[in-house]
Amino acid sequence: MKYGYYPGCSLERNAIAYHKSAMAVAAPLEIEFVEVEDWNCCGATEYITVDLLGAHALVGRNLALAAQQPDNGHQLVAPCSACFLNLSKTDRYMLDSPELAEKVNAALAAGGLHYTPGSVRVRHLLDVIVNDVGYDAVAEKVTRPLQGLRVAPYYGCLIVRPGYQGVFDDPEYPTSLDKLMRTLGAKVVDFPLKTHCCGGHMTQISQSTAFELIRRLLKNAADYDADVIVTLCPMCQLNLDAYQDAVNRHFKTDYHIPILYFTQLMGLAFGIPPKELGIGKEFVDARPALAKVGAEAPAPEAPRRKRRPKEALPMPRMPEEE
Amino acid sequence: MATATTTTLARAPTFLDEVIAATPGDPHLELCLQCGTCGGSCPSGPDMDHTPRHLFALIAAGMKDEVLRSNTPWYCVSCYYCMARCPQEIHITDLMYTLKRMAIQEGLYRESSAAEAPEFSETFIDLVENYGRSFELGLATRHYLRHHPLDVVKMAPMALDLLRKGRMDLTPRRIKKIDQLKAILAKARELGGAA
Ligand code: SF4
Ligand code: SF4
Ligand code: SF4
Ligand code: SF4
Repeated sequence: MKYGYYPGCSLERNAIAYHKSAMAVAAPLEIEFVEVEDWNCCGATEYITVDLLGAHALVGRNLALAAQQPDNGHQLVAPCSACFLNLSKTDRYMLDSPELAEKVNAALAAGGLHYTPGSVRVRHLLDVIVNDVGYDAVAEKVTRPLQGLRVAPYYGCLIVRPGYQGVFDDPEYPTSLDKLMRTLGAKVVDFPLKTHCCGGHMTQISQSTAFELIRRLLKNAADYDADVIVTLCPMCQLNLDAYQDAVNRHFKTDYHIPILYFTQLMGLAFGIPPKELGIGKEFVDARPALAKVGAEAPAPEAPRRKRRPKEALPMPRMPEEE
Repeated sequence: MATATTTTLARAPTFLDEVIAATPGDPHLELCLQCGTCGGSCPSGPDMDHTPRHLFALIAAGMKDEVLRSNTPWYCVSCYYCMARCPQEIHITDLMYTLKRMAIQEGLYRESSAAEAPEFSETFIDLVENYGRSFELGLATRHYLRHHPLDVVKMAPMALDLLRKGRMDLTPRRIKKIDQLKAILAKARELGGAA
């Protein structure tokens, strides 16, 4: 099976572990992902906040490039929930509104491109794994079942809602990820907040609002004794993992729940070495949880050390400022 | 902007018409029943000046300034719960984006309690326009340090860890055909407005 692949900016860096593990499990499942050549950012939730037509044109370029790929089966797979949403939203609104489609295409024409709405089907990675590959084919590859690992399946929002290109699972109480985790031999715990929002970019706007959303999710997973929260979105992973420490300090709580991508757990169950799955990139140490299933994970990279007072803050910079 | 509707309306467009015209597809906002399902579903509800339901009542009442000064759209995390549950299938999340764009155009967001939110969006899109790729974490760190200098000590270890783990770039990456993307976005801006 061959698909177009849109990694999105997060998977290049922050969520490199998601990218690596997706590629590592694709091979044994005989999926081939062909990356869209020279794709651009999908604009997250920010572009459309400022410029509506620009936001659709930005996404339109990616759709147009995907439509030009020779043999992707007219399908484009996005592992990031936000990318998946944006790609499917633009395609859907271009279909619904010929006026919008005309304007987007007028903009694309300035770059020599054109996109016919409906010509590419946008899919989330989870959808492809559970529905195209299927649970049985996944089960066949399991060599090291995740026996005894208690997993809280976290879907977040955007892959089940609002379903701009139809839904592949229930918008309020989806179960496909649960079933996939059971296929790997894991114990799926109840996780009533499985489709609640982690806050997305809210950490940038109001930390107290964002931290409360993250706290609720951590508490819910802890209440059901989850060893790990499994996720399918780089932003969800970042919020729950990198901010877990800050949330603990904010609420005087003490959660230590590792946040892994579903593809990482698939890889472990397939017997792929943890290092090849990007395990060790997470903030909250996954080793105690993974020890339960006999996986020897590498130590988290760069263990935290006290910052020397002289050490400069890593201020990211724009090249033109230099 | 609202050219499509002005021809069919005998009266001057109301604020409700304006909001609808600036939203893609058909958002069905005029069908709101004021049932409150959206507010009850909203994870940010407690921190919002107005629940989505209340905001829609203000729109129907033509209270433009009050609506565009509200922090509600800026506290919307785009979870789409309201949209999945609304009995009238109103495109609530899309409407929140419309209101953000209007608030920026009218400059009214400055008076809301989320006055720095648009700056984050604007820096984000500047970057995408010039590089083609986002620089989410780098940008977030810059934005954060600028607005919360006193919290630097609390949040700096996280930024350092992201760097050490190779999860954050220090400079953005650029796509090959950035000129093509710039031409497309310039044209989009020229065509402007909603469809
Ligand atoms: S949503 Fe985030 S990860 Fe996806 S392309 Fe946009 S910036 Fe990159
Ligand atoms: S939970 Fe947050 S990051 Fe995850 S999909 Fe929803 S909005 Fe996006
Ligand atoms: S759920 Fe829909 S109909 Fe009910 S108040 Fe909200 S927008 Fe109006
Ligand atoms: S999409 Fe926005 S308004 Fe609707 S429930 Fe979610 S946060 Fe609230």
